[in-house]
Amino acid sequence: MQIFPCPFCGPRDETEFHFGGDAGNIRPDGADVPIDRWADYLYLRTNPKGTAREIWVHMNCGEFFVMERDTVSHKVLSSAALGGEHAA
Amino acid sequence: MTASRLATGGSAIDRTRPIRFSFDGATVHGFAGDTIASALLAGDVAVVGRSFKYHRPRGIWGAGVEEPNALIDIGGPRATPNTRATTEPARDGLVARSVNATPSALADRNAFLDRFARFIPAAFYYKTFMWPDWHRFEPRIRAMAGLGKVDADWTSPGTADQINHHCDVLVVGAGPAGLAAARLASGAGLTVTLVDDQQSPGGSLGHRAGEIDGKPAAAWIAETIAALASAGQLILPSTTAFGVYDHNLVGLNQRHPDGRPDTLWRVRPRQIVLATGAIERPLPFANNDLPGIMSADAALAYLRRHAVLVGRRIVVATNNDSAYETAGALAEAGAEVTLVDLRRDGTPNAPANVRLVKRRALASASGRLRVDGVTLDDGTRLDTDCLLISGGWTPTIHLFGQAKGKLAWSEERAAFLPGDPVDGIAVVGAAAGAVALSDVFAGAGTVVASLGQTKAALPRSTGPEATGGILPAWPIPGSKGRIWIDYQNDVTVKDVELAARENFVSVEHLKRYTTLGMATDQGKTSNLPGLALMAGITGRTVPEVGTTTYRPPFTPVPLASFAGARVGELMAPVRRLPLENVHRANGAVFQEYGGWLRPAHYGGSADAERSIADETLRARQSVALFDGSTLGKVEVIGPQAAAFVDFLYYNTMSTLKPGRCRYGFMLSENGVVFDDGVLVRLDEHRFVVSCSSSHVAAVHARLEEWRQDRFGRGAVYIHNATSDMATLTVSGPNARKLLEALDLSLSLDDADLPHMAVGHGTYAGDEVRIARVSFTGDRSYEISIRADRAEPLWTRLRQAGQAFDAVVIGLEALMILRAEKGFIVIGKDTDGTTLPHDLGVDGPRAKRQTEFVGRRSLFTEEASRDNRMQLVGLAVPQGEAPLPTGAHGIKRIDGRLRSQGFVTSSYQSPTLGRPVALGLIERGAARHGETIDIQHLGKISKATITAPCAVDPAGDRLHA
Repeated sequence: MQIFPCPFCGPRDETEFHFGGDAGNIRPDGADVPIDRWADYLYLRTNPKGTAREIWVHMNCGEFFVMERDTVSHKVLSSAALGGEHAA
Repeated sequence: MTASRLATGGSAIDRTRPIRFSFDGATVHGFAGDTIASALLAGDVAVVGRSFKYHRPRGIWGAGVEEPNALIDIGGPRATPNTRATTEPARDGLVARSVNATPSALADRNAFLDRFARFIPAAFYYKTFMWPDWHRFEPRIRAMAGLGKVDADWTSPGTADQINHHCDVLVVGAGPAGLAAARLASGAGLTVTLVDDQQSPGGSLGHRAGEIDGKPAAAWIAETIAALASAGQLILPSTTAFGVYDHNLVGLNQRHPDGRPDTLWRVRPRQIVLATGAIERPLPFANNDLPGIMSADAALAYLRRHAVLVGRRIVVATNNDSAYETAGALAEAGAEVTLVDLRRDGTPNAPANVRLVKRRALASASGRLRVDGVTLDDGTRLDTDCLLISGGWTPTIHLFGQAKGKLAWSEERAAFLPGDPVDGIAVVGAAAGAVALSDVFAGAGTVVASLGQTKAALPRSTGPEATGGILPAWPIPGSKGRIWIDYQNDVTVKDVELAARENFVSVEHLKRYTTLGMATDQGKTSNLPGLALMAGITGRTVPEVGTTTYRPPFTPVPLASFAGARVGELMAPVRRLPLENVHRANGAVFQEYGGWLRPAHYGGSADAERSIADETLRARQSVALFDGSTLGKVEVIGPQAAAFVDFLYYNTMSTLKPGRCRYGFMLSENGVVFDDGVLVRLDEHRFVVSCSSSHVAAVHARLEEWRQDRFGRGAVYIHNATSDMATLTVSGPNARKLLEALDLSLSLDDADLPHMAVGHGTYAGDEVRIARVSFTGDRSYEISIRADRAEPLWTRLRQAGQAFDAVVIGLEALMILRAEKGFIVIGKDTDGTTLPHDLGVDGPRAKRQTEFVGRRSLFTEEASRDNRMQLVGLAVPQGEAPLPTGAHGIKRIDGRLRSQGFVTSSYQSPTLGRPVALGLIERGAARHGETIDIQHLGKISKATITAPCAVDPAGDRLHA
């Protein structure tokens, strides 16, 4: 079982976290967003082999944060609190 | 009498504490410190089980976790199937039974199956029982082939403990390598945890010669353990490290001599040191599975630990040096010993009183229920009552493999050794291929040196050193006779050849096609010979064939260990109402709804249907009291609160005036209705999201996500106050009169508190919030009060209600009341495709100019289809029963029946005296008045599409 570093609580067991999606998947606003762009936002995922930047949430404290981790070795490379405006 | 207990010796047993237990109904004598296997051997019990498939008689092979044959079921209060006799401590009064044998291992009535063995090779089942249906054959086959029996009467002996543990260094294995590493690490000031699967430490030093720092091995072991204990290090005997998981979490299975359930340890060490030793392999020859054929190292262990001499006329067959010590020790103990070594050169000298036969391999063994002789490859026959085998050593690198460590083939050792290092995991001792004690200690020294400077001295081997000298002897394709590879799953050389012929040459295919290595022993003795044979058949090298994937657990772990305290109600704890005990006292019948334990209805469990109908009817006639404390109360506070709720809701919410409420939907980004509920605006910058009871956590998480990932922490603050307050609902024509009987310190006048408004008052000094929101269609007041002060208010409401024939209603009645009104429950009357306009709420989609979650998804081709499923009411012809929920509306198109949608809610309406139903029906909104066919379980009935609301469509009762 993995240990994830919550920016608020510190290292915690992976069972306390939920996956929140790819980081940098910026929401396009507007009713007239091209439908392909909207479909990409909704459904297209990068699923990288190697380093991935992802949004996770620590369910115990409610903190959403960006975590960089290696999807092969499962090493956690970094984690950081969201800045507020659209985490890129 | 062949095997026997010697009069003296046995380092593990306590002769002052005799014990008795039963095996297959017969009494077995032993001593404290015996395993079941050592006691059975001391009692000369040769046949201890029957094989999985052919019901071949089998005897004890090993002295540890690798045991493939001696599986036993333990009966009684701690009944456990398929335990290994070689690791299970013998206890007084224990009841043990052989597996897969009726009535006993010795006289098994299915033994005849072995005579048909040639007709039932590997994969025979797949090929034979295909027609007409495998399931017709399965029950009888399962009854004949299999291992232990689960005791249907088993009851849990209690909660299994689970312990989380942290340390600097976890040393797995307390043999010479593990003890040395632990001592050195302790001397470096590190916290050490040392685990060993045996009852006492020492590993191979417990039965093999060794002299360390000028002392006998036993003295060095005792001294090392004492030093670790006095340094405060944790030492866990009878504990198996069964798995290495992500980020080097190690699972330990700790067994207790006092009969408590096993303890599960989750250890997070900074460094893992694997000192797990090696396991002796069998040799391939015909009938190599007969009882009385045993690992040579196991025989030495039984001799020195348990003072059991396994035979009188013993043949030891080997391809390496390690069996020489065994042969010498057995001869010294009084057995007549012949040592057969297949090697030509470089063999050690014959031990004293041992007859050495060089350059000879075994061709076959003979005997029926016990080996009685062997034939060598030159035709020589030797009589024997016990045949000991040493086919070389397989390092125990399972945990390293589980941690995704790559293995490297060693020609010198004829085994896979740990390859490139894995972060945080070091392998030492025999597991790393070391043979001589001095090499073992040097390896431990190197590992600890990388962790820190130690004050402890590196142990020195001062006695004779062990040597390896192996000449591989893998199974040879085309060999005569039945040569067993996997004892436990009855896989022979011929089965592997069959798999190769049918092109199952990949090691993973070989495993699954033949079941090689898939038994409870997970192939600890069989995997390497099996894949070496496949290499020989296919002309590849062993490393080219490779190994199967190592997965936890290394040895079986009771499921109760993983469950721990999470059994029964704690498996999925329900949320409870603050007034639960009050409702219980009032005869409430509780059910779980969306994670909450709530009153389904009152009046006890007898005649529930009538109670529910009565509650519904009286709610419409006079006034109902309902505990709605589960309703979400998530507060959104802050300077951007209005913009925030606008974005989160489908409906525009920023235009709501303080003190007012509005019903709305939250959508997912794909446009689907995620939740519905009432939003209360308390003041300019403060809202309360009243979401569905079962959805509070999800809604709260969603609000937090948009807050943190779009609006920013300074924009709004979100507080889930759901369980802070109880919400008591008063609903019905007499609701206002009832409230007027209480002193709530606020005006209940409709001008001051109209429908969809919120007011503030007090009750007995506590603040109350009163919202005029209705889920019944009648005038309703939802009164929220501090949860810990709710009981007096509830009691007062009930007292005051007596004057109005007030009725306390449960959730079932509420469900009927809301369905009569056409009010939906998200997830019941909607599914994962329902968009807001499918529910008739098209305004925001048509008019809103500002952004909201899910907006773009409402303007796709899919969202604009004209044949979408839409919310409708469904009426049945007079006198008919309610429609079954889930029944489909059907239509015949081109001769085929097609679904037109389905019934989502359906009840007998006490108010109307006829059934009411809601459904999602294709183009339903435009088809009111149309009669359609409804199909359920092949029966077709009629229903007429109506508007969803069946009671008071004009809404007069809200204000009555």
